[in-house]
Amino acid sequence: MVGEDRSNAQGRFDIPLPGTTIDVLGNSYRVVLDDETLPKGSYLTDPDAIERTFDIQTDQNYAVNFSIGPDIFAEDPWHEQMIDLAVSGIVLGLLLALASLGLSLVFGTTGLTNFSHGELFSFGALAAYFFDSTVGAPLILAALLAVILSALLGYVQDAGLWRPLRKRGTGIIAMMIVSIGLGISLRNLYQYLMGPDPHNYSQYTAVDPWNIGPVSITPKDLAAALICVAVLVIVSLVVTKTRLGKATRAVADNPALAASSGINVDRVVSVVWISGTALAGLGGIMFGLTQGFDYQVGFKVLLLMFASVILGGLGTIWGVMVGSLIVGLAVEESALFVNAEFKYALALGLLIIVLLVRPQGLLGRRERVG
Amino acid sequence: MTWGEVLTGGFEQAIGPTAVFFCLAAIGLNIHFGYTGLLNFGQAAFMMVAAYCLSSMVSTWDVNFWIAIVTGLGGAAVLALLMGVPTLRLRADYLAIVTIAGAEAIRQILGAASLSEYFGGQTGRTGFVATYQSLNPFSSDISIGIGSFDVNWRPYDFFVMVTGWSVVAIFSVAVFLLIRSPWGRVLKGIREDEDAVRSLGKNVYSYKMQSLLIGGLIGAFAGFWSAFASASTAPSDFATDTTFFAWTILLLGGAARVLGPIAGTIIFWFFITALELFFIRATLPGENIIPTAIMDQNQASLVRLIVLGVVLMLLMIYRPQGMFGDRRELALDEH
Repeated sequence: MVGEDRSNAQGRFDIPLPGTTIDVLGNSYRVVLDDETLPKGSYLTDPDAIERTFDIQTDQNYAVNFSIGPDIFAEDPWHEQMIDLAVSGIVLGLLLALASLGLSLVFGTTGLTNFSHGELFSFGALAAYFFDSTVGAPLILAALLAVILSALLGYVQDAGLWRPLRKRGTGIIAMMIVSIGLGISLRNLYQYLMGPDPHNYSQYTAVDPWNIGPVSITPKDLAAALICVAVLVIVSLVVTKTRLGKATRAVADNPALAASSGINVDRVVSVVWISGTALAGLGGIMFGLTQGFDYQVGFKVLLLMFASVILGGLGTIWGVMVGSLIVGLAVEESALFVNAEFKYALALGLLIIVLLVRPQGLLGRRERVG
Repeated sequence: MTWGEVLTGGFEQAIGPTAVFFCLAAIGLNIHFGYTGLLNFGQAAFMMVAAYCLSSMVSTWDVNFWIAIVTGLGGAAVLALLMGVPTLRLRADYLAIVTIAGAEAIRQILGAASLSEYFGGQTGRTGFVATYQSLNPFSSDISIGIGSFDVNWRPYDFFVMVTGWSVVAIFSVAVFLLIRSPWGRVLKGIREDEDAVRSLGKNVYSYKMQSLLIGGLIGAFAGFWSAFASASTAPSDFATDTTFFAWTILLLGGAARVLGPIAGTIIFWFFITALELFFIRATLPGENIIPTAIMDQNQASLVRLIVLGVVLMLLMIYRPQGMFGDRRELALDEH
């Protein structure tokens, strides 16, 4: 035996070899881990990998790793993978539902397909990041502030841009191109301010999952899912029980008829912009919490949002929630069959099939859309 | 870099190799949007499919250059069918959604690491221009003096420009003739009032499909020249910004005008290049024209994209007919 060492606080150990370089070159050494000395509760990832043998061929330090803890690269049996993917699919679906509600409602009330909706999603994530990292606020407070700012952005956008455009009779197609221009400007402005690198929030970074029966879910995924469910329930109650909610549904159904029966359409549209942007912002924060984000996160997710609202039925409220869950599940479960790089392409495939078979979406009203 | 170079750079780019393929892309969009009213938000997808057919077939599978060109055109045609069939019967925004989403999805597939042996992943493909290059008759730099400015192009760039602008000329004449024909009048009719055209017994769906196909094929040529201009194809060449550069060019010059895309290209590239060079010049370290705290060199190149978005918005709000368009010609959906 040439030496032994005990690992330090960083888990490192060093064993110097005796003699000069010339003496040890070409020799073979065996490194054995004494598993009695492992801290309580920890174990080797591969119990057979308790010893390593290697030949000294160059004059340098030789690294020997003993990995401890569960094997993160192990292939789970497929039914466990399916359950895990279903969990992340539901979380993604709930996030999408939150984020796409505004897109669908703005379409329903004003007829505008807003191509800059993704940037409103990014706005939430980036604003929360600003309060979290630059100001140093606790994340929950940062998220709250970001949602309030998002709501404000929604109001300003409607009052400063979209309402004047509606008033001067700008066509829907022109407005769509305006929304594209706004999206490009915002996206690059975000990159200007935040740089091109991906970011994460400073808190709630733990990734150790909790095991609840056959389901394993990280605490932050669970929290995100519960918040989404709570917000969606509140939105549903507001939409079905309150006067404002009924007015919103009426305007989404037929703006002209709603206006003639005394509903203040401009006010409803303003409320839709405020709440839609706030929801998109909240969705962005949750997405950023679960998966990280960069300046163009919203644009990437926009494709999934489009798939969700078209699958559910453009302009509907319940349809969006159903469509989002289906898209979320389909996108995540697809990892069982195809490489994860192709999941967006899969969402597009889903979208095309829906348009071919049922263009009005699952819960959309049958009408001539052509 | 001197201030004079900001202007010379602008002149070089105004008709340079990059401007050429954006002009072609805008001509395709003019057929789609200007004449038929179709919202193709994924012109980059047509360019990308054609460019990648060319680059991958030649460099990965060693196929003859000309066969690869034909395949690229075929690929663009298939894409037009794939995107058109589900959406052209529906309201205008469905085509917009499918094209913008399709372009991103195709870009992710072509840039996928698991397919990099075929398409080269994020670095893309090079080494496919030998045949094209062998046709190049120019061997020395081309320089033209405009006043006190000296504008320079390398021989290969100049070759790309000469061939590209020739193709632009051919397509412009073709568009002029097509739009004057009865077929072109039907397209304009569809743009103005689809139902009226339908009630006259025309198959609107089929005309829209033909329009999407022809504009997409012109987009395929834009893709070829994009591949020639940089002698490479990479996913980043065909991002969403590419599509909306072409849109801004079209709307700037004036949609539904044969020469609109050409005028738009020259004006757009002059200003966008001069703007970029100006900010890069102004943020040079040690110059202190704009302090680094406000803008550094990386940020300087983003300014033009922020401005691009604003220009697109302002154009659409205040002057939808562009600089040379006719307001009555493009009364899209005004009531």
